[in-house]
Amino acid sequence: MKMHYDVEGGEFINVGTASSQFKKTLKMLGIGADIIRRISISMYEAEINMVIHANGGSIDTEITPERIHVVLQDQGPGIENLDLAMKAGYSTASRQAREMGFGAGMGLQNMKRNCDELQISSVLGEGTRVEITVYLNQES
Amino acid sequence: MTVGEIVEKLGLEVACGRDHLDRTVSGGFVGDLLSVVMGKATEDCVWVTIQGHMNIIAVASLVNVSCVIVSEGYAVDEDVLVKAEEEEIPILRSKDSSFEVVRALVGAGV
Ligand SMILES: Nc1ncnc2c1ncn2[C@@H]1O[C@H](COP(=O)(O)OP(=O)(O)O)[C@@H](O)[C@H]1O
Ligand SMILES: [Mg+2]
Repeated sequence: MKMHYDVEGGEFINVGTASSQFKKTLKMLGIGADIIRRISISMYEAEINMVIHANGGSIDTEITPERIHVVLQDQGPGIENLDLAMKAGYSTASRQAREMGFGAGMGLQNMKRNCDELQISSVLGEGTRVEITVYLNQES
Repeated sequence: MTVGEIVEKLGLEVACGRDHLDRTVSGGFVGDLLSVVMGKATEDCVWVTIQGHMNIIAVASLVNVSCVIVSEGYAVDEDVLVKAEEEEIPILRSKDSSFEVVRALVGAGV
């Protein structure tokens, strides 16, 4: 089962529409609560990043009997130093984003901790692609 | 302890979620940085924050907190309350600082 979402940038008021829609779909499919929590937190953090750092982008999700796979692609500024970005507390978030409670510099850490596989590729000036995978048969 | 008992003991304003005050509370978390809350808050906790905007609903629902206490008298927008009602999350309000709210929560036995 595949789904596509377009994420707008510049709007910090209601970030995470795609993630919460996808979460509802997973609930309807009867996916386990812990799996839903892990994929939703990862996807939400990635969606936030897309909005506050890259002015939006697009998300493609795929659910198979084995796994949930989420690909987030943006045409933002890219990440200059991925090792640095992965460090807890590192953030280039704007003041406006910080005032809304974003920009703790914990997003990539949260993603890494909550999903089974995280792949990030980024080209400076071209954009960032984040792939998140959670396996479905590991809960038992 | 239930959300309703906390409302009573702390004299909180119930901004929404009146039908879900029987929910059990276990533990608490204070934080205004959403990623920190998502990373550290545990299920069924009471979340104390000064953030009153829409994004707290996604976080509250993802963490599955028992209720949110918006402290310092911060306003909560009407559309946030509508969404919280939909997600069955009680939003409580207090004029006190987060520190005072937590002191009262601890005093109440949370
Ligand atoms: N999609 C993205 N496009 C550009 N930069 C990004 C993107 N995602 C993350 N970053 C960079 O990585 C940093 C760390 O991200 P994260 O851990 O989510 O923290 P935060 O979002 O709170 O700043 C960001 O501050 C930003 O510099
Ligand atoms: Mg982030």
